[in-house]
Amino acid sequence: MSTKIVTARVGVKDSHTIAAYIEHGGYKALRKALLEMTPEEVQAEVTASGMLGRGGAGFETGRKWSMLKQDLVKYLVVNGDESEPSTFKDHLLVENDPHQLVEGTLITAYAIGASRAFIYLRGEFAFGLERVQAAINEAYAYGAVGGNIFGSGFSVDLVLQPGAGAYICGEETALIESLEGKRGYPRIKPPYFPAVIGLYGAPTIVNNVETMSNVPWIVTNGGKAFAALGKGRSTGTRLFALSGDVMRPGNYELEMTSKTFRELIYDSDLGGGLKEGRSVKAVIPGGVSAPWIGPDNLDLPLGQDEVAQAGSMLGSGSIIVLDDHSCAVRAAWRITKFFNRESCGQCTPCREGSGWIEKIMHRIEMGSGTESDLDLVLDACDNIAPGLTWPPQQTTICVLGPSIPSSVVSAIKMFRDEFMIHIKEEGCPFVH
Amino acid sequence: MSTDAPQNLITISVDGKEIHAKSGELLIEAAEKAGIFIPRFCFHNRLPQVGVCRMCLVEVKGPRGFALQPSCYLPVADGMEVITDSEKVKKAQDGVLEFLLINHPLDCPTCDKGGECPLQDQTLTFGPGESRFIEEKRHWEKPIAISKLVFLDRERCIQCDRCTRFADVVAGDALIEFFGRGDHTEVNVFPERPFTSYFSGNTVQICPVGALTASPYRFKARPWDLSQVESSCTTCSMGCRIMVQSSQNQLTRYLGLDSDSVNHGWLCDKGRFGFEAVNSPERVTAPLARKDDDYVETTWAGALSQVVEKIGEAKAAGDSHRIGFILGSRLTNEDMYAWVKLAKGVIGTDNVDLNMGDGLKGSIVAGLPRATINEAVSSKAILAFTGDIKEEIPVLFLRLREAVKAGRTKLVTIGTRANSLDGLSEATARIGIDELKSFARGLLKDGSEFGEIGAVLSSQGVGSDGDGLVVLLGRENLSVDQSVAEAFALELARALPKARFLITLRSTNFSGGTDLGAAPGLLPGRSLLGDVSEALAERWVTTPSHAGLSVEGMLKSALRGELDLIFVVGADPRADFIDSELANAALDEVDFVVSVDTYMSETSSRADLVLPAAAFAEKSGTTTNFEGRIFTLNQKVTPPGVCRPDWIIASEIALEMGEDLGFGSSSEVLDEIAAVSQLHWGLSWSRLTAAATVEGALVPLSPTALSIRRRAMLDQVSTPGIASVWNQGLAQSKTAYLDVDSADGSIDPASRAVQGIGLPEPLWPMEAIQPAGSLSLDYIRKLYSRGEHLTRSPHLSELIVKPKCRISYDTAKQLGVKTGESVRIIDTGGGEASFEAEVDDAVKEGAVELIHGSFLVSGFSPVRADKAVNYVKVERA
Amino acid sequence: MSFFTPENLEKAKVLVGLYPDRRSALIPLCHLAQGQRGHLSHEAIEEIAELLEIQPAEVMGTASFYDMLHTEDVGKYLVGVCTNVACLLGGGQELLDHASDVLGVSPGGTTEDGMFTLEEVECVAHCDKAPCAQVNYRYFGPLGNGDFDTLVDDLKNDRLSESVPPHGVLSRVFRDAPPMVPLEIIHQERRKMDEAKKARLAAQNPDAGGKQ
Repeated sequence: MSTKIVTARVGVKDSHTIAAYIEHGGYKALRKALLEMTPEEVQAEVTASGMLGRGGAGFETGRKWSMLKQDLVKYLVVNGDESEPSTFKDHLLVENDPHQLVEGTLITAYAIGASRAFIYLRGEFAFGLERVQAAINEAYAYGAVGGNIFGSGFSVDLVLQPGAGAYICGEETALIESLEGKRGYPRIKPPYFPAVIGLYGAPTIVNNVETMSNVPWIVTNGGKAFAALGKGRSTGTRLFALSGDVMRPGNYELEMTSKTFRELIYDSDLGGGLKEGRSVKAVIPGGVSAPWIGPDNLDLPLGQDEVAQAGSMLGSGSIIVLDDHSCAVRAAWRITKFFNRESCGQCTPCREGSGWIEKIMHRIEMGSGTESDLDLVLDACDNIAPGLTWPPQQTTICVLGPSIPSSVVSAIKMFRDEFMIHIKEEGCPFVH
Repeated sequence: MSTDAPQNLITISVDGKEIHAKSGELLIEAAEKAGIFIPRFCFHNRLPQVGVCRMCLVEVKGPRGFALQPSCYLPVADGMEVITDSEKVKKAQDGVLEFLLINHPLDCPTCDKGGECPLQDQTLTFGPGESRFIEEKRHWEKPIAISKLVFLDRERCIQCDRCTRFADVVAGDALIEFFGRGDHTEVNVFPERPFTSYFSGNTVQICPVGALTASPYRFKARPWDLSQVESSCTTCSMGCRIMVQSSQNQLTRYLGLDSDSVNHGWLCDKGRFGFEAVNSPERVTAPLARKDDDYVETTWAGALSQVVEKIGEAKAAGDSHRIGFILGSRLTNEDMYAWVKLAKGVIGTDNVDLNMGDGLKGSIVAGLPRATINEAVSSKAILAFTGDIKEEIPVLFLRLREAVKAGRTKLVTIGTRANSLDGLSEATARIGIDELKSFARGLLKDGSEFGEIGAVLSSQGVGSDGDGLVVLLGRENLSVDQSVAEAFALELARALPKARFLITLRSTNFSGGTDLGAAPGLLPGRSLLGDVSEALAERWVTTPSHAGLSVEGMLKSALRGELDLIFVVGADPRADFIDSELANAALDEVDFVVSVDTYMSETSSRADLVLPAAAFAEKSGTTTNFEGRIFTLNQKVTPPGVCRPDWIIASEIALEMGEDLGFGSSSEVLDEIAAVSQLHWGLSWSRLTAAATVEGALVPLSPTALSIRRRAMLDQVSTPGIASVWNQGLAQSKTAYLDVDSADGSIDPASRAVQGIGLPEPLWPMEAIQPAGSLSLDYIRKLYSRGEHLTRSPHLSELIVKPKCRISYDTAKQLGVKTGESVRIIDTGGGEASFEAEVDDAVKEGAVELIHGSFLVSGFSPVRADKAVNYVKVERA
Repeated sequence: MSFFTPENLEKAKVLVGLYPDRRSALIPLCHLAQGQRGHLSHEAIEEIAELLEIQPAEVMGTASFYDMLHTEDVGKYLVGVCTNVACLLGGGQELLDHASDVLGVSPGGTTEDGMFTLEEVECVAHCDKAPCAQVNYRYFGPLGNGDFDTLVDDLKNDRLSESVPPHGVLSRVFRDAPPMVPLEIIHQERRKMDEAKKARLAAQNPDAGGKQ
């Protein structure tokens, strides 16, 4: 049985209530941080843990905190806008263990000296919003948030902010704009690195829900204990959200690098394998922004650098499996349709390019594509992500742009024959 | 890094070429100065950058090698390496253009922007040859009217954010916004809330495609049908630089030119679209002599001999002071001077004035220490006691707004009523008329009642002698006599001797007129009647024997039967004089009224003789803005009929009298001005046009005033419609203006010292006692208060404000009226008029707000010239 | 002011007070307005603009960016069927087609009785229950065609009113907390924290302060 950190209380009766949370050791870490540790000591533990951010970019959390510009006014924003397709881990955490998130957020606010903390939760998580707000209310009543927390002399307020349905707000600068009551337009970096110019122009730390949920454990057990799990830069555990053509889709918290893609998909206590007689055709790791990997890469361990070396990314920790009965063209088209719908429209290549690429992909899937369309679509992709490299370059403001080509390029590269069948037979050969 | 860069400059490498730039300057601008034009759409030099169109991507070397970066968003840093001409850059630019075009309609042949379209031009220069897009384009309902002046075609929009940014950031009128998301993003207005910004036309000017069009220009002309000249707008006293364009001898469009000193390229809509008035079929085109109740056309010869006959009769009846001249704001400096010379220098009357009771005494205007706009917006602090700048001098409002928002200065506002500047002010104070004296005396002293205002000024570092302070002085409330504002200014000038003033009166060329002696007691050059220079004595036949009368004085004198002949030149006192009852009664008494005008105004339609004058853009000359800056005005079209410029009319009258004013062209008038006026020393038409026309020349001239200055280059994409008319197409790296810095060595600063005329003692009027049962009056101006300019411009005339009486909720309750109901207002002279009431808590309790110029009711004048403060009675009608 | 009920107006004012800049309350206020009327009416937008001291166009500009904020009327139940890739692999597109047949409206449409609005939605983070659908942001899945029919029937007959709240995502979210600590007080505290930190650093490095 591997170590469970963020899902340790999942399954516990009434795990979302403060009573259950306290019974299982909750708010001890906050007390310890506030009453026994200096902010720098908390930061030092998190730095020692080596924890990489769990949102998608995988930046070291301790380093991020240390880059915060030192100003009197600073903010902490928790990114709970989980919208990357096939990512459903934060949603589990906010519904089942909202106090863990609240506690981690408060500890972080203390560590970085935030003036106020905000939890920005995806608007569609209506149930999660109820759970988190109830947890915040309980935490206020318990004295864990607000003025003079636990008599420590440290005060901070925590505000729950609902989103309203826009994928781009998962991008941290767009999230900040949204939190300021504006259209979710990503800001241009430089100069708008949140740690320097963030919410209301003040230095701001933006951390993911899962990242925050790990913080109480790190404070309680020490950064070293966290770093002892996993391998290399991939320390601790991660929630892997497995979906697609597998028998047992779901969230699995695993020690990092302890399992391979193959084990995650096939182990009977994990993915449970595929339908009878089918085989893995492709895996989309790390969310639909990531390039696909083929069956030849199934033995890669689930680690940050391991996946990066294979030309993709671990990203948000979501893993979609396509079996040999699924159409790669259709999947790639649907992903471009997603990006087209979710493009914020601010910059030209993404706004116009996403729609055009979607139209070409749709044309091919529906059987009215031509062979030259493949070159055309690749060239249009190249005008968004020059060179079609990984990690990508971009002509756009934010990374949504170069995310559009990922699936298209992967699909054409890996399944060109399948595209040709669509073109020659004037339709999709798969049954759906 | 590099050591050979001139001081304060850094060195960067662009396409292997070393160029010098100011640290922090944007790469796109630094490159352009070095002759490397990087294409762009969203970038505009007067807007904050957004970096969204991605057209200006170039390769910049970073820690991981060269990467594409938006050059409009990147400040240059020493040693920066940039490539703008690589295959990678070209492909990216090609790609952006192709993306922009996939959903852009191919309706260029019917698009107003065709021929001056940055999208069209840059596609030809940088874009792909043909489209690979075969799908259906995005569709929107074709143009929708987002206001009475602006149409929006969303299919043509490329989402560059220029218009929306302008509306929000520059104008502060966020009435147009992006709606929707992704490739369904559109610009639009909220339903039932049209884009009524006073500055809406600027969005049309800066739109890089044909998405925004202005109703007065739609389908009127093509750039290749147009020709243009530089000029200055004369709608108000700001002097915004403009390009006047015409086609087939008809004015078609004004576009704002970027003048660093004045308008930054922006115009207000009243100025921009007022050209329609010049084209009006209602122009007076021939001399008209009154015959019973009608007019008959006459010849210039006939008219002039009648004028001279009347001058002779008036002089015979007593002295030349039985003749008066009311001069108006339409006049150029040359016109002003010619009329002043005719009146004071030939006829010998000092009854010359241009203050319609809404201004300030010429001798005070001429005597106060002045500031410029640029000095004001970079001063330590600004104190405003002025009419509503947004309504009266709109582009000055933009300049102030920009400076305050950027934190370059702080503004404090005092006044009797709410004002658009309040929202920009660090502190505001409602002040009673009787408190002004103690305010001015105690402002920066301890224990002032208005400590909050003083505290802001002190914290900004304003000296106890007023050093660093600029005062915006105008007519804050027209119901209060000008003597109050004058006494206040004199009191302040005495208490804070280092404070300087920006005289924010709206009337167009009040400043030039005052400088040229168009006020009683003054001679050209801000000098007093007694100070006749040698140069003047040489050129003038006579000078007035004694000081004459103001407009108000002339009208009162006429009422007493002491004025036989009055020239009303480019003015309409029957409609515009602050006490319209006095003006109408007085003019009825004058034996002979000569009106020199462009339309049959209230005054000219009851004059004895009407002489047809050339209008704006029908003559050349100069004008002076309220800060004392002189700009050239250029002729673009020929006047209709036998209209003549005013300076010629004045000259002809003199000739008919047997005197030669001595000039045969407007530039010769300017030469004489420069000769007789120490203030205008050194000015000449050739100097003005050869040098800094866009920046004008501040008088008195300094050695650098007329130098050829480094100035904002004409960004052909920022200002489509100007470069295209020059070039008929995009001319890359062709700079339309000179770009060197050199002083004119022939101007010796020592030679042009102008002696001030000194300031009189403050003279406060008697305290006004509010009659029982009366309400105080807020008598204000609106941008679209009725006026000849507006009524003769078909598109602007729709915007003219309706006469309304605004009162607060509590006042309305006491009167028992609701919005939309009618109230009767009784003035102190017993005149009355009915108004529709509008209840609005922006009006203070116990006050009535009326808009000057919005009504003309016989017998009714809410302001009476003999009252220091005016009150009115209000009844439910 | 006339759109918000007195009770909601109170809530609106509390929301506005949560942020250093009142415009931040824009999205919460839009949710609140939708909870009251089902969609975001022009009247609501004008009132929100007034509360935030901005133009209605700015509220509209922001609101129209977000899929959950509807400026047109919607049904009592907002039914969103996910067709994104994980659901697509599980038959999401077919479920959407079925839903369209059963409800008799295309995606984006509202049934004539005003009961249902059908939407095709992007991933709603229930990929382990593909294909899934949301009803007023409560989740159901995996849904076969029969399951969907039962769901519709339950909704029509009010059998799910307990678990599916009325439309308006914040209808069951209430902040029940003492007034916020004023930011000035927080900043006094932070100043003290900063000083304490400096003192600690000086203590750790006794030489640092003395060196030139």
